[in-house]
Formats: sequence, structure tokens, C-alpha cells
Amino acid sequence: MTKPAEISVTAPVSEHLPKEKFDELDAFINQLETREGALIEILHKAQNIFGYLPRDVQLYIARKLDIPGAEVFGVVSFYSYFTTKPRGKHTISVCMGTACFVRGADRIIERFKEKLGIESNEITEDGLFTLKDVRCIGACGLAPVVMVDDKVYGRVKEEEIDEIINSFRGKKGGENENKVH
Amino acid sequence: MTRVRTNILVCGGTGCLAGESEKVLRNFELILNARGYGEEVKLIKTGCFGFCEQGPIVNIEPDDIFYVRVKPKDVREIVDEHIIKGRIVERLLYQEPKGNEKISKQENMPFYKKQLRIALRNCGLINPEDIYEYIALGGYEALGKALTQMTPEQVIEEVKKSGLRGRGGGGFPTGVKWEITKKQKNEKKFIICNADEGDPGAFMDRSILEGDPHSVLEAMAIGAYAIGAHKGIIYIRAEYPLAISRLNKAIDQARELGLLGDNIFGTDFNFDIQIKYGAGAFVCGEETALINSCEGRRGEPDYRPPYPSEDGFWGYPTNVNNVETFSNIPPIIIKGSVWFSSIGTEKSKGTKVFALAGKINNVGLVEVPMGTTLREIIYDIGGGIQGGKKFKAVQTGGPSGGVLTEEQLNTPIDYESLTEKGSMMGSGGMIVMDENDNMVKIAKFYLEFTMDESCGRCTPCRIGTKRMYELLNKITAKKATMADLDALKQLAYMVKGSSLCGLGQTAPNPVISTMKYFWDEYLAFIKDIDHPRGEGKYEAKNKAGIK
Repeated sequence: MTKPAEISVTAPVSEHLPKEKFDELDAFINQLETREGALIEILHKAQNIFGYLPRDVQLYIARKLDIPGAEVFGVVSFYSYFTTKPRGKHTISVCMGTACFVRGADRIIERFKEKLGIESNEITEDGLFTLKDVRCIGACGLAPVVMVDDKVYGRVKEEEIDEIINSFRGKKGGENENKVH
Repeated sequence: MTRVRTNILVCGGTGCLAGESEKVLRNFELILNARGYGEEVKLIKTGCFGFCEQGPIVNIEPDDIFYVRVKPKDVREIVDEHIIKGRIVERLLYQEPKGNEKISKQENMPFYKKQLRIALRNCGLINPEDIYEYIALGGYEALGKALTQMTPEQVIEEVKKSGLRGRGGGGFPTGVKWEITKKQKNEKKFIICNADEGDPGAFMDRSILEGDPHSVLEAMAIGAYAIGAHKGIIYIRAEYPLAISRLNKAIDQARELGLLGDNIFGTDFNFDIQIKYGAGAFVCGEETALINSCEGRRGEPDYRPPYPSEDGFWGYPTNVNNVETFSNIPPIIIKGSVWFSSIGTEKSKGTKVFALAGKINNVGLVEVPMGTTLREIIYDIGGGIQGGKKFKAVQTGGPSGGVLTEEQLNTPIDYESLTEKGSMMGSGGMIVMDENDNMVKIAKFYLEFTMDESCGRCTPCRIGTKRMYELLNKITAKKATMADLDALKQLAYMVKGSSLCGLGQTAPNPVISTMKYFWDEYLAFIKDIDHPRGEGKYEAKNKAGIK
């Protein structure tokens, strides 16, 4: 049987998918002890590197592992953690766990959708925000909870939403020390 | 070695970290050093104390003073007043919602009084990133005892006699599961820890992994010895970054001390653990789905039998247990099955951890002996309903469970009694709802979750949950007729009866139980009848509505 590594695989390099990133992914795949059963692990890494899993990256991984592209897509589409669309600079995650739901998270996410003009899992036109509804981030004592990137906002009220969004507007990524809490 | 006179324990669980406990820690360090107390006062970042509602929590030992809702700016006062002058900072003490009494000691708080912590024994007590703190409290003693003084058969016998049952919700006797896996003749076997906690609103397993990761590693090694496995896998949600990092640290430390690896405790027993990451799929909590996911595939369940104990990971006999189940194992080995089985009810032994959340005063993680009533948990430990509102219902078992009402509050918690009342033990989520919550909407919320999470493998679950959700949408939009209600009811029983795995079989439970107890709330949405709520004229129908 031909080992997958022996098949030559060309990386579909483009403006959005630079060669260095494919090199990094290659290095990760090559150092794995075994590729058997490692698809999910590889996809985690790939999403980490590229930020999302576009079709080209999925196919590249499929060729690399010598498995059908459909199998890779089957796994990517199965798990909610994997995304095939690019993300905004900041990800706003609204917790939709039960504890947050009974404390009004449904109204919070509606308000975010209104203010940002997008649905969940969409990206704003300016590329600044992605809105996500997530299942329980485990801070039920602070319900309802909203997380922007790594920053957690607890006991969020509808009136505070503008303030949260604005604290990330007009700032460069990474410098999001905010003043709400 | 410098003598430490005071320990300051700061909660480093996810809930408290979200409440800036990291900054609290940093301020303590800065201010203690500035005042010259950096040497004699030790700062410890612990796992979850459980009292999330009151976080961030700071506990001062040996003074035994429990400060709640500590903000970074409060730290200076604690250091200057308490640490230096020995005066307690009254305003940061816990105050009962009813009455004005301030309580300074953990054991005097109603929240902790009725709890019995076995699985959570070390959470909030030790620094989870330091293996020596775990060892100092008797950690790895059970593994040593099992390996050097007990045969695998004796270990299994002890676990069997203890009466420990699966804490992931299934309730299958752990010792029996181990025994079946042990009986398989294969050379290669696996032991898997299921840490794919998918129930929204539940965080028991996460808190154990964050607060006491070694207890799980130790138990897995004991289990592996008992069944004859040499490789362990922890399958954990990628959404739990803190638990993952603490587990990785714990595994490294255990390897360094030879508590994982070859020839553990000088015996010929070899065992090592690997971590596999989930990627967000509720169905992966089902053990055959979990194994498929470990193998890098879509996490769809398989037909059982054969059970994983016979044909599991890559076809080898595999034993899958949940985090909380594992964390009960070391105390059982050390203190014995007689001690463990003395706690709890006739058929459910030991304790159960619940994540208490929703419209309740004391949101948090509680561990109670089996047989404690729902009323004790909600009112004595949980402090009652928020804002003095009226209790309406409590959901146990998450999206797979059902609601219980005022009438069932005196039900003692155990596997059988909860199932009998139309709910289930589940993994430990417990969501309290008050008079303002509409139960039809709650049922719809849960059903939307299971619909999203249905893996699509079998038709009743894939299409059935979708149709049920559509009907519920029609109902809440006030466009449904009585015929739709009947259709929903029929569909619920069909999905329950014909789905392949536990996800589909339990998905209709929230609908069935809310129909049973809150039929009038469904009727209130129906357009072709008069609004019945409060008039009592549909009472009779309510009772006959659903069995």
C-alpha cells in the first residue's frame, strides 16, 4: 500500500492561504506518531492555524491523509467547533446554556443580532465581529454571560450591549481592555 | 524552609476567573510583597469552591474566614486589615439572603452544611497544578494500595460491593462494567474517561478536572489495573481550555514522579494516558459515539451490543467511565466499600454532584448524599428562589430529563425515584425555574438543542425532533390547533420509542413531562379554544392529558 506521505500533494496557496501556514500544518502532521484516527486532531490544528477550514484546506488534508474529501467534510460539518467561514476580528459568544436561557439570554442575543445586523455564525460587513451562540461556557453563576474573545461579561443587561460593542470599535485588535466591568 | 503562617486560597475555577479572580490573585501578590509579607503568607490558586454565585471566593486559612464576591480593589483592605492587623473584613463576609446575619466560616453556611464532598473532596482545597498538594492529602495512596496489596479481582470486588453506579447518567454499576471488560481475553484493552460534558448548564466534570485533575488520573490507573489495560484516553471538550491545560500539567507531573509510565510503584504495571479532544457534539457523550470520535470520525453512535467492553476502541475491549465516577474510586479503595455503601439509599450509594443553576439564589456546584430531597437542595442549600418569586419547576437530567414540580419536591434523589417521576438523574444539571418561566418555551428550548445535536444517523431522531420543533414553534406562535397538540404528543412517544441511541430516546422527555404537568400552558397557546389558564375548566383534561 502506498503511504500517504509518498503521494505528492500540492498546497493550494493563495492570498488568504499563505504557504507558511501550510508548512506549519505539514510539520504538525509529519510529527504525529500515527495518522490513524488523527483527523480530528489535525483539523483542530488546521483551524488554529488558518482561523477556519475552507474547502481548499479540507481537500489538502484529505490528500495528505489519502482519504476522500467527503470524509473530511463529513467530520468538519458534524462538529460545531469547526467552522468553514472566516471569523471576524472579534468573536462575540452569547451563552445559550439553560442557566443563561432562563435568565434571559434569548433576549440578549436578539439584541446583538439587531445591533450588529447579522444572524449567528455570521460576520459583520466591516469584518470586525462574528456572532456566535454557544452552549454553556460554565459560568452559570454569572448568567446571562457574554464572551468577547477571551473576556467574559457576567450578568449582562440589554442596556449594556451598546457599551460592550463600542468598547471594541475603533480599537486595534488585542488592545481590548474594556471599561464595562 | 520558611514557615508559612497563613494560606490565602483564591478560587481559580472558570466561574470565578470570569469574575476577575486572576486580578485578585495578582493584587494579593503585589500588595503582600509590597508590605513585606510575601514570605510568611502563601497564595494558592485552587479549583472550584462550588459557590459560584458568590464568586470570586477567597478563603483564609487557618483562620477559616470565607470572603465572597471579592473584587480586585478589595484586596488591599483584606491584606491591611485581616492579614496584618487580624481584623476580619465584615463587609466581604457572606450574608444570608433572608436575615442580616453574616457568616464567616464555610462549615456554618447553609450552602455547605448539608453537603458531603467525596468527588469534590479536594476542589477548593488544593492547588490543582501541584501534585505534591494532592499527595499530601492522601493522593495516589489508593493506587499504591491497589497495586501492591490487592489483586485486580479484589479491586473489582471492592468497587462492586461499594454500589458505585455510573455518574454520567446511565447508572450502570461500575464494578460490573469493569468485570465484563476484565473477562475479555484480549491482550490489548483501553480505559476511557468521558469528559465530554455536553449538557448545557452543567459543569460538574469540568470543575473536578479543573480543581482536582489527579484524582481522575489516579482512578483511571486503578481501573486500568483492574481490567488489564495499559493505555488510557481522556476524551474532553475542546471548549474547556482551563481543564485541558490543568490535565496536561497533571499528566506531566505524574509521569515525572513515575505515577504514570512503566513499573508504577515498582510493580510490573505499566500505564499511560493520552488526551483526545472533542469538537462540540452532544451525542459524543454516548459511549459508542465517543469511541468513533476518538478514532477521528463523525461521532455517530453504533448499535449495541456489542458493547464497548467487548468491542470498543479500534475493536479492543474498552471501558468508558465518566469523570465523576472516576473521582469516587480512590476514596472507595482507601476507606473501603462498607464506608461508601453506608451513604445513600438502598439502590443508589454514595453522593451525587449537581450543578445548581437558573432562578435560584445560590448558583453553584453541590455534592449531596443520594436520598437528599429536591427540597433540601433547592431551599436549604440553594437558598430558595431568586427575588422571592414562587418556585415552579426544576429540570434534572438536562435536555434528556424532564421537569419536576412542587408536588415532587420531597422526592429523595436516586436513580430509580427520578426516573419513576418522569425525569432522570442525568449527569447532574439541575435548572430551577420560577413562576415567570413559560414551560412550553422551556420545552422548545431543550428540543431545539437536541434537534441541533441529533447526529442524523437514525430517522426517528433526525426527522422526528425537527417535526416536533416545528410543531412547538407553531404552538408558541399561537397558530396551532388541538390537532397539532395531539400530533406533538404522538410524535414524542414515537421518537422516544424508536430512536437508536440515548439522545433520541430521551429527546422528547422535556416535552412529555411539561405536557404532563403543565398541560394548561400548552392549551393557553391554542387558538381554537378559549384561554383556559386560571379558570380551572381544563383541569380535568389536564389530568387525563398524558400519563
